[in-house]
Parts: sequence; C-alpha cells; structure tokens
Amino acid sequence: MAITLEEVRHIALLARLRLTEDEEARYTDQLSAILEYAARLGEVDTSAVPPTASVLPLQAPLRPDSVRPSTPTSIILANAAASQEGMFRVPPVLEENE
Amino acid sequence: MADPTDLTLLEAAAALRAGELSSRDLTQACLDAIAVHNPALHAFLAVTPDLALQLAGQADRKLAEWRKSRAGTLPAVHGIPMAIKDVLCLEGVPTTCGSKILEGFRPPYTATSVRRLIEHGAVILGKTNTDEFAMGSSTENSAYGPTHNPWDPDRVPGGSSGGSAAAVAARLCYAALGTDTGGSVRQPAAFCGVTGLKTSYGRVSRYGLIAYGSSLDTVGALAVSAADLVPIFAAIAGHDPLDSTSMPDPVPTVDLVSASVTGLRLGVPDEYFIAGMQVEVESAVRAAIDVFTDLGAEIVEISLPHTDLALPVYYLIAPAEASANLARYDGIRYGPRLQDPDLLETYFATRGALFGAEVKRRIMLGTYALSAGYFEAYYGQAQKVRTLIKGDFETAFNQVDLIACPVTPTTAFPIGAHGDDPLSMYLEDVFTLPANLAGVPGITFPVGFDELGLPIAMQLNAPHLAEPRLLQAAHAYQGATHWHKERPPR
Repeated sequence: MAITLEEVRHIALLARLRLTEDEEARYTDQLSAILEYAARLGEVDTSAVPPTASVLPLQAPLRPDSVRPSTPTSIILANAAASQEGMFRVPPVLEENE
Repeated sequence: MADPTDLTLLEAAAALRAGELSSRDLTQACLDAIAVHNPALHAFLAVTPDLALQLAGQADRKLAEWRKSRAGTLPAVHGIPMAIKDVLCLEGVPTTCGSKILEGFRPPYTATSVRRLIEHGAVILGKTNTDEFAMGSSTENSAYGPTHNPWDPDRVPGGSSGGSAAAVAARLCYAALGTDTGGSVRQPAAFCGVTGLKTSYGRVSRYGLIAYGSSLDTVGALAVSAADLVPIFAAIAGHDPLDSTSMPDPVPTVDLVSASVTGLRLGVPDEYFIAGMQVEVESAVRAAIDVFTDLGAEIVEISLPHTDLALPVYYLIAPAEASANLARYDGIRYGPRLQDPDLLETYFATRGALFGAEVKRRIMLGTYALSAGYFEAYYGQAQKVRTLIKGDFETAFNQVDLIACPVTPTTAFPIGAHGDDPLSMYLEDVFTLPANLAGVPGITFPVGFDELGLPIAMQLNAPHLAEPRLLQAAHAYQGATHWHKERPPR
C-alpha cells in the first residue's frame, strides 16, 4: 500500500514539520517502501489476540497527595529561547485587535 | 606502573583499594586518552574534565578514609571513570541527544541511573555520541557527525550507543551507560568487540532518559567483560519512585564466584540463522555455542516462529511512540527556536529545520500509523503481533533457561554503506528487536573475528528480570575464552 505525495503533506502538517519539496518526494518513496514491507503484518490472523501496550503487569501506582518542593521557575525558564516575567515568551497566536 | 587505561574496571578497582593508583590517576589517564584519540574517533560529544576531577577527588578522599578504617565495603565502581550516552540527563551539562533541536540544552536534573552511579562513587567523564534521539544503527544519524569504529575508522561503531561502545573499545573509559530500544546497546557492543547488557524493561529507572519509544526504552551498560558489568548493574538497577514503569522487585546480588553453566539449558532458535548472514558470523556463534556445551550446558533447538515479524512490528510501534514523545520539541521550552511571524509557523520552521532526516522519517511514519483510518491496520495490528512475539519467548523459556543467538547478521559495515536506504539499515536490527518487544534482557559479548579483523559477537537472552543468569553465563564463557581481552590497534 503506497503512500501519496498528498498524504505525506498532510502527515507533515499533523506532525508540525516543514518539509522541502525534495524531502516530500523522498519521504513519499521511503515511507511507501517501509509500509509495503510492514503490510505482511496484515496477513497474520490476530482475531483472537489481545494487543500489548506494555510488557509489564504493573498498574499505575499511587502516591500520597502531599505538597513537595518543585523546580524553581527560573531554572525551567533558563533553557527557553525567550522568556518574560516568569513565563515562556512565544510569537503571537492571535491577531492584534481580536 | 603501566598505563592505567590498560586495566579492566575490576583491576582498576583493586588498584584503588591497594593504594597503587588514585581515582585521580585513573581519571587523568582517561582524560589524556580522550584528548589523544577522541578527535579521530568522535566517541564523546562533550568531555567534563572539571566535574570528573572533582568527583575523582571526592572518591580519593573516601578511599583514604576507607583504607584507614577498613569499615564496610566500597562499591566496585567507586572512583572508576565512566561515560554516559548523551540521551541521559546530567544536571547542568549539555545534553543534546545528538540533535540540533536540543543544542545548548542544560538539564535541570540528573537521570536516576546516572545519579546512582555517582552516588556509588563513579566518576563521569562526559557524554557520548548517539544517533539522533537514539534512532539508528550506526551513529551516522548524529547531527554532530558519526563516531568511528576503533577497529577500523572507515566503519561504523554501530548504534545508537555507538559513542559509548567506541569509548569502551578504545579504552577511553572503563565502562559506559547506553540505552537499548531496539538493540542500541547490544549491536554497537558487538561491532566494537565489547560486552553489552540490555536490562529488562522496567529494571532500571528511565527518569532523566530522554524518551524515544516509551514501551521499549531501557538503560544498559557497556564494558570490557561481564564481570565489569556486574557492579554497574548493581548500582543502576532497582525501583525508582520517579519512574512509574520501574519494577518494585528487589534486585538480586549477582554471584560470579559460583557462576557456572553446568546443566543450564541453552535454546538455539533456528529463525536466527538466516540466509544471507555473514558466514563467519554464523560459524563463530556456533563455535561459541560449542564452548557452552563444553562448559556443561545442554543445547536445545527451539523455535521463535514470529521472529520475522519483529521488524515490521518494531518499525510501527517505535515510530508511533516517538512521534508522540518528540512532539514536545517545538522551540518554546528548550533548544533553539527558528522564529516565524506566528506560533504555528514557528513550530513548522523549528521542527522542520532542526530535526534530522531519520528523526523526521520516524515522526512521519509514526504519525501516519496513528492517524485516523490507519490506526487499526498499522499500530493496532502491530500491538497484537507484538503479543505473539512476546508469547514466543514465554513458550521458549518454558523449555530453556537462556536463548543463544547472533547479535547482527554481519560485522561492522562501512560508513555510508546504507546511504539513503532506511529499510536496509533497519534490517541491521533483525536479531535485536525481538527482545525489546518482549521486554526481556540480553547480553552480547565477543566470540571471534572475521577475516578483516572485525569483532563478531553472540547474544544471550533470559526471562524478564533474569539479568544475573545472563551475567553469570557470559562470565563463564569469558573465563574459558580470550576474545573479550582483544583490543583494537591504537
């Protein structure tokens, strides 16, 4: 089952990746080859097989809901490309006057 | 005294206790070796001499106290210089995952596995090279350039923990931490002629390990021998409240004194000896299995019938998990930002420009496998077939104590050999992926050389949480053979 150039563009949109035209063409070919290889999974009868999401028998453990110190804001913001007044500074999401 | 980097980890530990060498001596010898050899090998992305010498000084003060009082015992890793793969966080030290998207990132905390090593007295020399976000089998996918194999600089060291494997092989450190999501400890250990341990899923905390495939990621270690890996396993294994997938089970002490394979049932799966594999690899692995027979093990032919499905299952599940885990890299909270006029365009620009080709490929593949209309056919079906692969191991371990098989179809391949053909690169992982899908541990160790002088390795797998059995069996083999003592030319 091959993947089309339009599908590659749509996936890149979902994945928030800006691709060059060359990348789009290459990924169309390469993802098609990989998905064709993976198509053999479809031939396996799994009608009676449950999925494995984790190999562990663990259930999500609980801990007491107690107040504990957390990492100071200044340390977290130290890695950000831009910050202001204790917050991450980002480009505008909304137009002005909206 | 000869060059301290000629010693194994346990020999160096003994020299520290005897007062023949200090941790500072060991650390300086490693730093000197790194200065000489790293420019050609590119095993380290970052060297931390100040931190290393500070930790060495602390270790020496504690050793001096211990020699006076002789009270208690110091861990074998105490004072031993080690390297850590650059996907594990170390507070304040640049951690890149081999990616431009994390260039300059200094983590605000230290990974539990690394913290435990430091608490056991280990000295951290620096961060080792890796395929970007641990996605690769050659270290060629590092945004900072490939690592070279110490046995032949024109060949890859394997990957993704290729920097750790090359550093240990070239004796730039006594041991190194790596991570294994689909073979990333075992395959580079094999290509570089060192011993590599992939721990059971859930055995070692992943807190501070930058996530790739969350249902598959494990922390492991590389050293010259299985005996050298034992104290590292003891240091890093065990429950961590900061990782909800770390198992609460106690970690047994690994007893090497009585290590024996007499009476052990060793299963040899027919599916792992495939057409097209390098003849020398098959013959060296079969010869190693004969050594186990001579040591008293019983060989049992077994079948892991779904082995050929591991590759397509892995290359749907791992990219799907990666596409979710890597959604956090958007230029806002860490790493560089390529700012466009609005937020959405900033995401597109930053991610498009700063992720490398293989990472983008896997994000695309994973996003596709999880997208509406394809989820059941790809991701859902892969999870079901994963159950069958896990079942293969469960059935096998009802019959045998260990599984013995090759690690890779070939020895180390030349840099650039797989060019722009991702599927052919993925096929390199065919013998290592099943253990990750089943969550079981594995160990790889050298069993010979091919006619070009490149190391050949074999793999043992054990049931979940049975790492002691792996370390004991590999130790028994290494007691009877010399392959792990061979060193690359300097």
